[in-house]
Amino acid sequence: MLEILKQSTNTEICKPLLEAVIDKAREFQNLFGRNPAFMEVCGSHTMALAQTGVKQGLKDYVNLISGPGCPVCVTDQKSIDAMIALAEGENRIICTFGDMIRVPGSLKSLKDAKIAGKDIRVLYSPVDSVRIAEENPDKEVIFLGIGFETTIPVLTLMVSEAEKRGIKNFSIWMTTKLIEPVMRYLLESDEVNLDGFLLPGHVSIVLGENSYQYLVDEYQISGVISGFKTADLLSGIYKLIDMKVKGQIAIENNYPAVVSKAGNPVTQSWISKYLEPCDEAWRGIGIIPNSGLDLKPEYDQFNAKKRFPVKVGEPRKTKCRCGEVIRGVVTPKECPLFAKACQPMNPVGPCMVSAEGTCAAYYKYMRESF
Amino acid sequence: MEKLISLAHGDGGELTHQLILDVFIEAFGDKKEALFDAASLTVPTGKIAVTTDSFVIKPIFFPGGSIGKLAVAGTVNDLAVSGANPVYLTCGFVIEEGFPVADLKKIVHDMAKEAEKTGVTIVAGDTKVVERGSADGVYINTTGIGLLKEQGGCSLDFREGDAIIISGTIGDHGIAVLSGRGELGITAPINSDCASLNKMLSEVMEITDGVRIMRDPTRGGLATTLVEIAEDFNLTIKINEAAIPVKEAVQGACDLLGFDPLYLANEGKAIIIVANEEKEKVLDVLRKSPIGQDAAVIGSVIGKEKGQLQLETPLGSNRLLTRLAGTMLPRIC
Repeated sequence: MLEILKQSTNTEICKPLLEAVIDKAREFQNLFGRNPAFMEVCGSHTMALAQTGVKQGLKDYVNLISGPGCPVCVTDQKSIDAMIALAEGENRIICTFGDMIRVPGSLKSLKDAKIAGKDIRVLYSPVDSVRIAEENPDKEVIFLGIGFETTIPVLTLMVSEAEKRGIKNFSIWMTTKLIEPVMRYLLESDEVNLDGFLLPGHVSIVLGENSYQYLVDEYQISGVISGFKTADLLSGIYKLIDMKVKGQIAIENNYPAVVSKAGNPVTQSWISKYLEPCDEAWRGIGIIPNSGLDLKPEYDQFNAKKRFPVKVGEPRKTKCRCGEVIRGVVTPKECPLFAKACQPMNPVGPCMVSAEGTCAAYYKYMRESF
Repeated sequence: MEKLISLAHGDGGELTHQLILDVFIEAFGDKKEALFDAASLTVPTGKIAVTTDSFVIKPIFFPGGSIGKLAVAGTVNDLAVSGANPVYLTCGFVIEEGFPVADLKKIVHDMAKEAEKTGVTIVAGDTKVVERGSADGVYINTTGIGLLKEQGGCSLDFREGDAIIISGTIGDHGIAVLSGRGELGITAPINSDCASLNKMLSEVMEITDGVRIMRDPTRGGLATTLVEIAEDFNLTIKINEAAIPVKEAVQGACDLLGFDPLYLANEGKAIIIVANEEKEKVLDVLRKSPIGQDAAVIGSVIGKEKGQLQLETPLGSNRLLTRLAGTMLPRIC
């Protein structure tokens, strides 16, 4: 397995592959008189495309547009303010993924609250929060449950663990997002013209290849499910251009080692046992009906929103264009704050904070060319 | 002997005396230099190098080392990459009330062992105990004194074409420590590279006078240290991603966790910038040492104006490397 992984970043394999993609893109150019445009939906793809140099290598031939696939970035400002307000309560331990802690709220960030003495813990493994609740029976332990289909099964696993161990002082602040409703939103909004989607690798492990058939049936657009190594990304982009050139519309699974046709039935059964669809507010978009999942009413005891309601005012307005970056309407460089007032150490918007954020990827890997 | 450290161990009375006898003198020996309140040292004429470093690593014991081994090797390495021959070390301990004496003994033994291996003498020390909750186990500060050679040393006379050498695989310490914390949900079969570099580096200095600079890429990793060198001396440095040695398990852990090995800490590696025509000689010396077997040339100085670090990806495209910008990693040194 490691041998295969090594090959997928190997120069002798990747350089000719890059040339092949460029040749294919020229063919597209001859046919359509413009460069092909694809959206990578997943934030980890955004990072990988920049880190491996694929995006820079293709910049004159293929327009790669970053999509709404970074969980921190798509969380709307009001939710972020609510999570920070939640941390202000007494006798609480707030557990979170690392990225969330530096996201600026209207008044402060979770990091500021932590420095001021609030018990806020960054976890690599979210299930640890159940153990923390068990070890601190006199405190309320609240996990900030952001994430897409990749993370959602882990959240249900946490509820199941807490239920099994009879833990009463554990809950999740659910603000999860689903990928299909937002892709439909983008396609229907007509803001960006796309020739296809580079579909997320990890989300697809849960959902399966078949779940994207609506792209073909309802929107007549192709998608390729892709892994994250240089060769995976390049061959995914190649296939997208090739389908367009040949006039084909289909969903291709370019990550069959881990993505099956029907997805992972076990995680899907967890989701349907504990969760039900709910409306979710997206940064830069607003509420999309049924675009998230919340705990079913019978699990209210684990639902932090029900147990610890917080009220926050209207968010502070800034010149941050994260909302448009998420929709693929502008690139980070078109934001007046990018790399000036907004930098990773002092971010204004979430896209500059997250390890999957488009602005962070541009800042880290593509800020200057030489 | 009590089993746990108490505040009384730090108040200068009988228990302090017992602790010094049972733990510190037992491991470090009763040094003739330490008969007075201050150690009295004989040094030859010439220049000395002095450095100090504090160690707050969590966990205290990690795969491949401990805070004790690190406290000696870390300070020794700061001297060694400055071209100094480390001779004396002092150490200060801040211990949290309730810390197990057995663990303290282990740490002090690790320090003594590493000091002996390295050839430095620990000549002065201090212990303080703070209330439970005021510190996290134990913190150690070490100060090192090294002798600088009259002639030779790092020239800082950079030329275009100078070779950039790394003495082995990068990121081992960062991943070992993270895995040792048990918070990652993965166990990486990786030991920290924590080791004293002074003997290997002094051999390098023996065989060539072409060394421009040496640095140990600890916090911030290879990329941050090279960015600092490029900026400090106004160099354009280009490194080749495919040439940088990274253990498969380290790369695998990085892929899973979203880390970049270029920014992970090392505790037993040196960056050596050397005249291009001397690079093979230096590699030969490094590779003969058990801690330099994976040494490799990873790039070169390509210009003397920009103060910039460039990375060539396996695809042949270039990107700029900058300082680590706000990525959160736990305390690792």
